[in-house]
Amino acid sequence: MSANCEIAFTLNDVRRKLTVPAHMSTLEMLRDQLGLTGTKYGCGEGECGACTILVDGTTVNSCLMFAADCDGRELTTIEGVAVSEAGERLRAAFVASGAVQCGFCTPGLMVQASHVIEGHPGADEATIRRGIEGNLCRCTGYRKIIDAIGAAGRTALKGVEHGRS
Amino acid sequence: MASIERYVAPRSLEEAAEILCTAGASILAGGTDLMPQTRGGRLQLQPVLMNVRHVAELKGVVDEGGIARIGALVTITELLESALVRQRLNLLWQACDHFASDQIRNVATVGGNLCNASPAGDTLVPLLAMDAQVVLAHKQNGAVHERRVPLTAFFVSPGRTCRARSELLTAVEVPLSPPGFAGEFYKHGSRPALDIAAISIAVGARRDGGVLRDVRIAFGAVAPTPIRAPRAEAALEGRAPGLATLEAAAQAALEEIRPISDIRASDWYRRELVHNMLQRVMGHVCQL
Repeated sequence: MSANCEIAFTLNDVRRKLTVPAHMSTLEMLRDQLGLTGTKYGCGEGECGACTILVDGTTVNSCLMFAADCDGRELTTIEGVAVSEAGERLRAAFVASGAVQCGFCTPGLMVQASHVIEGHPGADEATIRRGIEGNLCRCTGYRKIIDAIGAAGRTALKGVEHGRS
Repeated sequence: MASIERYVAPRSLEEAAEILCTAGASILAGGTDLMPQTRGGRLQLQPVLMNVRHVAELKGVVDEGGIARIGALVTITELLESALVRQRLNLLWQACDHFASDQIRNVATVGGNLCNASPAGDTLVPLLAMDAQVVLAHKQNGAVHERRVPLTAFFVSPGRTCRARSELLTAVEVPLSPPGFAGEFYKHGSRPALDIAAISIAVGARRDGGVLRDVRIAFGAVAPTPIRAPRAEAALEGRAPGLATLEAAAQAALEEIRPISDIRASDWYRRELVHNMLQRVMGHVCQL
């Protein structure tokens, strides 16, 4: 048995306090301890991106992150992204483009896509492809996923321009 | 998986160095290597897991009079976003651009990449080519002492460095490239993202009149550690660039590498890659 760690962090805008074993991954904490199963376990080695979450505003593979390292940080999972404005835009675009096949890669892709669009509103195809290079879709539906992210990004850009005028 | 008896997150270098004096500790920074290696049974966790992410002394990129001091905790994304790295350590910047994926670049640290000491480590090859040295700190008689080790002496074998267990890698120091220095990093893999190099090459030089000066050549994944290729460098130093000189450098490089056959490439293929790609990337640098 590993030592336990007391940690406190913000998860989807809610303050949490938790005791986790020192060897536990953030993915295990989310899925097994907190019941947030939207974040998927794919490879467990950082190759597939299915477990992508936001930590302090940047994306990480939660399978590679020790849960103890969440202490003092701000986490957003797909459950948090889904109810954001950016998440709703992405969901609508994924549905409209038919970008969901088996759906297993979708949560990770939505989180990563929200990060790409936030950094590059109106991102072109090359930027999108580069941005999601760490997310695998084994149904290989990349064309529609890229189209969906592009569409969501253009909607986001219109929102930005509209906000300015 | 071995059990962790104690988890610690020191707030200062002194505190971290103290812990390393007293206990066998696994050092956690980004975790992108530590997690899969310990889960996969390739690395045994020590009784203490020490998270160094809160140690302020390990952060930041600063220009210290012609030498860039890159803190061990600087992430690959931070290197990509650093104007100093992009402009004056462009060879390193290029390697960071080829590094894993966005999610991994956002957390993986340069100190972790160095200490993991993979023969194929992406940042190791340009850092070797640019004469980098690492700063190792340890505590003795109540004070923190530092020593500097050139990268050519730091790597010992696959996954092993000369860092003692009581030492913490605090920074890597890299001389800024001289004006006119041009470099190119090349990584051969089966896809652009998330691939471990079958071979990698970092080369650089500057043109001085008609000849090449400050020629630097380093290779990854063709020996038990990343290596410099001094004989290949000598074949070009002070000479006018041309097809015959490049061929001579490639022949010299083949004498210096010791590739193996593994899942990513055969010994023969690695030799072919080094011979052909060294000439191509050096040709770009020489604008041939």
